[in-house]
Amino acid sequence: MHNNYLYILIMFAVTYAIRVVPMTLIRKPIENRFIKSFLYYVPYVTLAVMTFPAIVDASGAWWVGALALIAGAVAAWFGAGLFPVAAICCGIVFACSFLL
Amino acid sequence: MTAEHKLDIRDGLRDSVPIAIGYFAVALALGITARQAGITPFQGFLSSFLNRTSTGEFAGYRLVLEQAPYIAMFVMTLIVNARYILMSAALSQRIPAGTPLWQRCIMAFGITDEIFGATILRNKPVSVWYSFCCATPAALGWAAGDATGILLGNVLPDRVVLALGVALYGMFIAVFIPPARKSKIIAVLVLVSFALSWIFTKVAPLSHLSSGNRIIILTVVIAGVASVLFPYDGDDELAEGEALDLSESEAGHA
Repeated sequence: MHNNYLYILIMFAVTYAIRVVPMTLIRKPIENRFIKSFLYYVPYVTLAVMTFPAIVDASGAWWVGALALIAGAVAAWFGAGLFPVAAICCGIVFACSFLL
Repeated sequence: MTAEHKLDIRDGLRDSVPIAIGYFAVALALGITARQAGITPFQGFLSSFLNRTSTGEFAGYRLVLEQAPYIAMFVMTLIVNARYILMSAALSQRIPAGTPLWQRCIMAFGITDEIFGATILRNKPVSVWYSFCCATPAALGWAAGDATGILLGNVLPDRVVLALGVALYGMFIAVFIPPARKSKIIAVLVLVSFALSWIFTKVAPLSHLSSGNRIIILTVVIAGVASVLFPYDGDDELAEGEALDLSESEAGHA
């Protein structure tokens, strides 16, 4: 059994180092093209990998998750923000749970 | 304290309100995940106040759930939060010369997608007073939401817990869809990520990987290959523009 406080300490050490090191040390823009590209693409890839197929497996039934994913994607495509999209996904899963 | 400082404090607190409310709501859902991982409300409050990263904490709680090795937590946190390196670097360009180190350390602590967006949107030299006053209430809202989610996970009906459990996925969707609409490369990357993630989850022996390792491996491989094939040639202004879009759409709805 691992210690939760040690997990939290590791998370904090890493997330703070990531935030503080560039701000205190880097005085010039990052020039390396690969690093710039990598940092630019990472969030989108990570979020996409974490979203699918997890949302399909977490919604009670696969078709409910698929519906929530599609509705959320359509809403985001047409400009809905973080919280409206999250609310739409929650609403669909909640409504569909009565059909399961 | 100068008039400029007072303005920074007032603006910071004002901008913090919608962010803090939104954070509380989303962190409530994060708390559901934390609870499944056996995180106590105090641990949830502590980890959320210290980390303030929905993606990172969500992935981190999954690792706690799996009782993954500490090194996996280290690597995962580093990879998943790598974007803050870019934001911190971008903000470093807007700090007045001669700003003391302790002020830089406080400003760095506050960086999140939304605080970064609000700071850039303000279009003034970055000030520790603004940064502190904007980030602190937001961090408290985030931490309180997480702790509340862990506490209420017990009381809430199953279907509400099920529904709140997809809130974070909804938030993730809202982050990667708008840039995918603007950039064909990102749209393709999202689809490739979906496809490979599905294969790695469903097809043995790849499916034996823990979800944490799957996320690390796929992120490094897909983002790495994309960086070689399609180097991103935008400058910092463009990267800031992306963050601005996020914060604008969010501020409009929060």
